[in-house]
Amino acid sequence: MNFLYAAYAATWIIHILYLGSLVRRYSRLRNEIEELKRK
Amino acid sequence: MKRVFPLLGGLTAVLLSYALYQALVVAPTDQLQGDVYRIIYYHVPSAWTAFVLFFVNFVASIVYLIRRSAKADMIALVTAEVGVVFCTVVLVTGPIWARPVWGIWWTWDLRLTLTLVMWLIYVSYLMLRRFSSSGQTPVMAAVLAVFGALDMPLVYFSIWYFRTQHPSPVIGGGGSIDPVMLRVWMINWAAFLCFALMVCWSRYRLERLQREVEEMQALESMIEPRSAR
Amino acid sequence: MSMLSGIAAATLSKDLRLEWRSKDAINSMLFFALLVVVIFSFSFNPTAEESRRIAGGLVWVAFLFAAVVALNQTWARELRNQVLDAYRVSPAPANALFLAKAFGNFIFVSVLEALMTPLFIVFYSLRALGPVWQLIPVAVLGTWALVVNGTFFAAMSLRTRSREIMLPLLLFPISIPALLAMVEATSAILTGEVSAKFWIVLLVAYDVVFTTGCLLLFETVLHAE
Repeated sequence: MNFLYAAYAATWIIHILYLGSLVRRYSRLRNEIEELKRK
Repeated sequence: MKRVFPLLGGLTAVLLSYALYQALVVAPTDQLQGDVYRIIYYHVPSAWTAFVLFFVNFVASIVYLIRRSAKADMIALVTAEVGVVFCTVVLVTGPIWARPVWGIWWTWDLRLTLTLVMWLIYVSYLMLRRFSSSGQTPVMAAVLAVFGALDMPLVYFSIWYFRTQHPSPVIGGGGSIDPVMLRVWMINWAAFLCFALMVCWSRYRLERLQREVEEMQALESMIEPRSAR
Repeated sequence: MSMLSGIAAATLSKDLRLEWRSKDAINSMLFFALLVVVIFSFSFNPTAEESRRIAGGLVWVAFLFAAVVALNQTWARELRNQVLDAYRVSPAPANALFLAKAFGNFIFVSVLEALMTPLFIVFYSLRALGPVWQLIPVAVLGTWALVVNGTFFAAMSLRTRSREIMLPLLLFPISIPALLAMVEATSAILTGEVSAKFWIVLLVAYDVVFTTGCLLLFETVLHAE
């Protein structure tokens, strides 16, 4: 049973890590846009 | 278009929680394996989602090679990336299931090895995209994607023969599947496909925005060479 | 067709003459393969029975690593004086260039194999129990499988940062079926327990598929802006 929960948790951890990396890239892009606008 | 996205997001969330409920509560317990077998409701749909994504990547790469449209290139990039994420899920959940059921973490069985090789090929695809200089990236990547897809049948046959030659210590399932289990499995697959579509969409929008910003930066540095970083 | 073969022959003879004078590629490959042989022999006890089972894998892994050394140098020479750019604007068919380079690498790696095989036999006291002549098609088909994709991916990785690292990263995953076939066929012939027929057929299929793919797509890669 523990293995079951471990697998489900692992699945979502992987997906959340990936989504987190997307959010990080997005916020970095936001910064660059702000910088461009200021010029 | 903008209104479709939150709608899809809501639908995905509902579907995923419904699928989780179905997988954990509604689906009957397997007589042989007990509750651990429920891992397959995450494992197998993820695998099929990854295969669908890699197939889309292959089609988009061919379209890119013929038409040279930036859209096809972005679709290829996005599906490969999300496909690798789903493939990683498959490779992580597989051993977690194999350990209690087969008693070993990993076996060089046909499907496992095939998935691993596929993962390796698409990781090398992403590496190429990362390392090549901007102008030629799409062409190189599309060519590599076509080569990877050509490789798949050969990988399949080689591993298939490799395994029949040295029979593995474990025998993977077989036999008919319970209709309730099949239904739960289908619901899970639909949920994961929706989720993958949503992730791909967000990644696509991010990529498009990124390319626009890069274009603007290039323009900026042309107008004002001194302020270029 | 005659134009294609003429240009290919000219490029090939130029490469061979350059290599004959400098012997850069072949020397570095030979020494590298020798190092691999010696280091492998430290990591396990090379007694005859045991080594026959793993020799197939060992030999091919050594050749694969050594081949990467030569493949990385394939295009580097042409890059230096903008020869590749000259090629791009010349009316010469791209495939002639590709075939010349692939045949050149094939010859280099074959020479390496011919020189290294006696060493393997001596160091690991190998003796084939199966049909020995089958090793020849395995070697020829296997070398071509490595070299055709290797030449192609070397041309692709030219355009990347840190291209020396990029080549094996691209080549190894795609080559897995060919490598598996070479290793298994060699082991099957050395142990004489099973037939190597299936693996030879697989190698033929691999060679046909990827030679066609390379010839179809090389022009695209060469002319990618």
